[in-house]
Amino acid sequence: MTDVLTPVLTDIWDAEQAWKLATYAERGGYAALDAAFAMSPDDIITAVKDSGLRGRGGAGFPTGMKWSFIPQDNPKPKYLVVNADESEPGTCKDIPLMMGNPHVLVEGVIISSYAIRANKAFIYIRGEVVHVIRRVQAAVEEAYAAGHLGKDIHGSGYDLDVVVHAGAGAYICGEETALLEGLEGRRGQPRLRPPFPAVAGLYASPTVINNVESIASVPAIVKNGAAWFGAMGTEKSKGHGIFSLSGHVRKPGQYEAPLGITLRELLDLAGGVREGHQLKFWTPGGSSTPLFTDQHLDVPLDFEGVAGAGSMLGTRALQIFDDTVCVVRAVLRWTEFYQHESCGKCTPCREGTWWLAQALTRLENGQGSEADLDQLIDQCDNILGRAFCALGDGATSPVTSSIQYFREEYLAHLSHGGCPFDPARSTAWAGTEVSA
Amino acid sequence: MSAPEIEKTDLVTVTIDGVQVSVPKDTLVIRAAEQVGVQIPRFCDHPLLAPVGACRQCLVDVPDAGNGRGFPKPQASCTLPVAEGMVVSTQVSSPVADKAQQGVMELLLINHPLDCPVCDKGGECPLQNQAMSNGRGESRFSDDRNRGVKRTFPKPINLSPMVLLDRERCIVCQRCTRFADEIAGDPFIALVERGVQQQIGIAEDAPFLSYFSGNVIQICPVGALTSEQYRFRSRPFDLVSTPGVAEHDACGSAIRVDHRRGTVLRRQAGDDPAVNEEWISDKDRFAFAYAQADDRLTYPQVRDEDGALRPASWPEAFTVAARGLAAAKAAGGVGVLTGGRLSAEDAYAYAKLARVALDTNDIDFRARPLSAEEADFLASHVVLTGPGAGGVTYADLESAATVVLVGLEPEDEAAAIFLRLRKSVRAGGTEVISLAPFTTRGLAKLGARLVPTAPGDEPAALRALAGELDATAVLLVGERLAVVPGALSAAAEIAAATGARLAWVPRRAGDRGAIEAGCLPTLLPGGRPVADAGARVDVAAAWGVDALPATPGRDADGIVAALVAGALGGLVVGGVDPDDTADPAATRAAIDAAGFVVALDVRRTEVTDRADVVFPVAPTTDKSGTFVNWEGRLRPWEAALRNPASLPELRALAGIADELGASLGFRTVDEVRAEMAQLGPWDRTDRERSEPGLSGTTKPPSEARDDAVRADGAVRLATWKQLLDNGSLQEGDKYLKATARTPVALVTPDAYDRYGPTVTLTGDRGSMTLPAEICDDLVDGVVWVPANSVGNGVLADLASPGTTVTIAGAEGVHG
Ligand SMILES: Cc1cc2nc3c(=O)[nH]c(=O)nc-3n(C[C@H](O)[C@H](O)[C@H](O)COP(=O)(O)O)c2cc1C
Ligand code: SF4
Ligand code: SF4
Ligand code: FES
Repeated sequence: MTDVLTPVLTDIWDAEQAWKLATYAERGGYAALDAAFAMSPDDIITAVKDSGLRGRGGAGFPTGMKWSFIPQDNPKPKYLVVNADESEPGTCKDIPLMMGNPHVLVEGVIISSYAIRANKAFIYIRGEVVHVIRRVQAAVEEAYAAGHLGKDIHGSGYDLDVVVHAGAGAYICGEETALLEGLEGRRGQPRLRPPFPAVAGLYASPTVINNVESIASVPAIVKNGAAWFGAMGTEKSKGHGIFSLSGHVRKPGQYEAPLGITLRELLDLAGGVREGHQLKFWTPGGSSTPLFTDQHLDVPLDFEGVAGAGSMLGTRALQIFDDTVCVVRAVLRWTEFYQHESCGKCTPCREGTWWLAQALTRLENGQGSEADLDQLIDQCDNILGRAFCALGDGATSPVTSSIQYFREEYLAHLSHGGCPFDPARSTAWAGTEVSA
Repeated sequence: MSAPEIEKTDLVTVTIDGVQVSVPKDTLVIRAAEQVGVQIPRFCDHPLLAPVGACRQCLVDVPDAGNGRGFPKPQASCTLPVAEGMVVSTQVSSPVADKAQQGVMELLLINHPLDCPVCDKGGECPLQNQAMSNGRGESRFSDDRNRGVKRTFPKPINLSPMVLLDRERCIVCQRCTRFADEIAGDPFIALVERGVQQQIGIAEDAPFLSYFSGNVIQICPVGALTSEQYRFRSRPFDLVSTPGVAEHDACGSAIRVDHRRGTVLRRQAGDDPAVNEEWISDKDRFAFAYAQADDRLTYPQVRDEDGALRPASWPEAFTVAARGLAAAKAAGGVGVLTGGRLSAEDAYAYAKLARVALDTNDIDFRARPLSAEEADFLASHVVLTGPGAGGVTYADLESAATVVLVGLEPEDEAAAIFLRLRKSVRAGGTEVISLAPFTTRGLAKLGARLVPTAPGDEPAALRALAGELDATAVLLVGERLAVVPGALSAAAEIAAATGARLAWVPRRAGDRGAIEAGCLPTLLPGGRPVADAGARVDVAAAWGVDALPATPGRDADGIVAALVAGALGGLVVGGVDPDDTADPAATRAAIDAAGFVVALDVRRTEVTDRADVVFPVAPTTDKSGTFVNWEGRLRPWEAALRNPASLPELRALAGIADELGASLGFRTVDEVRAEMAQLGPWDRTDRERSEPGLSGTTKPPSEARDDAVRADGAVRLATWKQLLDNGSLQEGDKYLKATARTPVALVTPDAYDRYGPTVTLTGDRGSMTLPAEICDDLVDGVVWVPANSVGNGVLADLASPGTTVTIAGAEGVHG
């Protein structure tokens, strides 16, 4: 069964001191660099295009195509920015990847920068994860010391400097233009587009912004070829991806598998749902993607499959909730997150999340009537597609999808005069004796 | 760079709510919709600010983006440029757009305090108005069922001594912050916090001190920003609004005077794209209390036998004034000093009174340091220029490749020029070069190139720059150059040699009009030279008199000297403050020496106190008039208030003239306007014919400067008036005063090291002690002080601008 897995980025994780350059090099690390330098930058872009790699940060935009948008006749410097802000509730792939295998990211940064002709790259890491920041900094230092970074890398004549930048703790700074604002030292709020970052991004210069996993996937593509990568996955969603299972599963963790795998298969690998319980609902790609239920166990987890079933592949953050969980409570918690993280720039998200949180709180407390559910749906309709960026859109996903699948459960709160669930039962320690 | 090509505007045709319209490419959909009569609701959008798309109020449906495909979700029309073939459905024709707009409006209101009944903006509030036009009737957030809890803030907070912020009302549209950043260049207000806590804030030690801060109050689409001056004073629907023209500088900015029952409560910027666009300085906005001050003159006065001024009737005052002036005329003549704040109509009345009733050309509007070279320059390069007559305009500033400033600090002295230059610089169109002693804050905001120039060195610096100038350059020379020998001549010479265009920028609203109206010893109305016999005949015929005095008269300095020497018998004086004049002590002595003084003013002053007859005159609110701005553009206005006892100068002067037996032929502003129109400007062909000898009154000035050996501590004095200072027209508003910049002496780093944090400057008129501040690029051997921010001002208390003063540390004054 485990042969459905395709460990590429995660393969080294269980090695002794996997994060050390020596360990990485022993296993062929940094070999892709020379292969890359033997190619022209444009050939690398073509190879990445041919591989079918699509952005792993959520939206699934073809990575090679993004690189080819960089206007090479623009006299300004070009920049690569790696988005390592990972703050979406449920998403936990980039952080373990940077902990377990930071050098694959560094190698990816070098090849990608070379391809887009950038001599400076930034890795923007979520500020709260200080241990990850330290680890990536150490990897970058090691890479400099080994001559993989700096001037005339491997005698290729190509120079690259890498800056590891710590964010200041805002979910919105994962949105690529807000990230650029933050990187430039300003308030993290998304920018108006156009101009797009490819034309005027960091310091108004052509900039590629990619997710950690996207960039980390590049060395293996260069080393093994586009065809190797394209052989994995499905027709339009090629390659391997990290699926992060969390919540009520027996073996939570990161499972690297070809795109198109199903939750049923992944649950098998993860030992199934928590003992004695049933799957109730789950997120396919983090809290901003509409919920799925046990009807969706066989949906292929690729961009098209998930979209076809009414949600989004997102960041493959599979949060598993079993039958002990009150969906209203879960949705309210998420909504409170969005309310807290709304950057405030636009009205629908800033004010809408404030209202949604109050409306859901009342429903959780059993106040109101069925008409409130329709009003909630209407509110979401006034936010989704009206907000300035996708944060506001994402805030509506849990609300609308939960009402779609669990309307009865909302109503039960009203008839019960409050939440019919015992929240203690859903905790990880439920059933064990705890004393103060 | 070649001359601007004839603009070829590419038109783009779009269909909005079924109506086809062609608009220039890059037009935003929100403005294209206005062309078909559809008003899309909006908050963050402002035509003079860069789009942000923050409020989302302007959402429309775009079923076809011009490429056959539509947008899947509603688009913000304020950020979306038109595209050929685009189809747009606004709230008028699209239920989706209408619902999206109503949804945004509902959300905007959930955290809004809805304290409209006590809000300054209530009645003129875009949020209130558009909630009515594009919102739902009832709240679903705080109705009985939902009882939503609003986010609240303690209120209000001071952003500056003048501007207050009620955060609850703010809809964080960022208009204010964008204005401060993009237009004024004073980004002291910014967004802070996030989510519903997001608010406008200032740094702890950096209040919103901007000369343009009041504009944010006006463009705030809710009542979040208010002024100390107007807050809670009135409701918009109780106000009567009258268009006006700002009287504080020579920019001619359009304003709106809002008044209630005879009292002005506030002033707003008018909207004049050719002049000030939609912005005014804080002085233009907030400085108007002076006209309603306690010292306002309301009745004529004559000096009694006991030597005191006593109230008099208008007829008596006319008689006494005429009798005294007739005697003074006989005792050597009468001089006329009009001051620089007159309407062109009032200036015309002075000019005519001098010539037909006082038989003199001894008239000068320049109540400030001046020179004969300047009078020549005004006669040959300034008078009669204007938009359409070769004059430089605001639009020209915007299209010029280079604008050179000489003797002019626009942020202080001509605010609308400053903003227009900044706009052009930001758009990447114009480079500003300034011949100045240091990089001022204003110049820094213009990204200007400094040509470090000590006062007096302007002619040489100009010549050195000439090689860089061509027909795409504009030279703006300030009135301060009058006292730099050779500077104005050098500017004219360089403009002629390089093809650069030239304009003169005075400081006061009435200066330019006074020139056109003939308040100079060498010029009659309409730019006719006194020295030109034909011009004199022209005017004499129009005025129905036999002849006009033929010799050019004395200028203001000459009048002062002649009064002191007893060569002149009397003086007619308008709003002149001796401390503004070239030699304040001499001006005072002249008034004292004058056998007979008639003073006309809005308020009691030391001059009216010394006069024999005093006439109250109307401030700009009480009369109609015309200012001629620096461009030479006519800026007429009508009276805002009805005050039958408050008369313009021209009415008082007509009364005096009648009693002198020389009727001026008018008694009202309309009659003067008709007469001025009838007389018209001097015919250019005449002018060219008689050009030689026209301005031959003075020899070409020598540029030799006083280059006396610099004794220890000798520095040259650079000075000008700051926008906000001790000017008498700013009196009466303590909040405005509190926003003025702290007066300091700017010194070189060396001088600071030598003399310490407090310095005493000593000149031939006295000493002045003030805090020193280091100015890194101040020209060596120069000190700068604000001209009218301490004591009686530099001219009275220290020395003439450009002269040498000594600097010393002021031990014991500080600390
Ligand atoms: C609110 C918000 C948060 C986001 N957070 C992240 C993030 O933490 N990491 C990330 O890679 N992309 C994040 N994204 C997506 C980025 O905007 C962007 O699409 C992505 O970094 C592009 O990289 P990719 O093409 O390699 O996927 C976020 C988007 C939004 C709207
Ligand atoms: S949707 Fe609007 S308020 Fe929310 S994070 Fe994006 S820009 Fe900010
Ligand atoms: S204070 Fe007014 S102008 Fe400024 S952001 Fe708030 S609502 Fe907009
Ligand atoms: S007016 Fe268009 S988003 Fe604010």
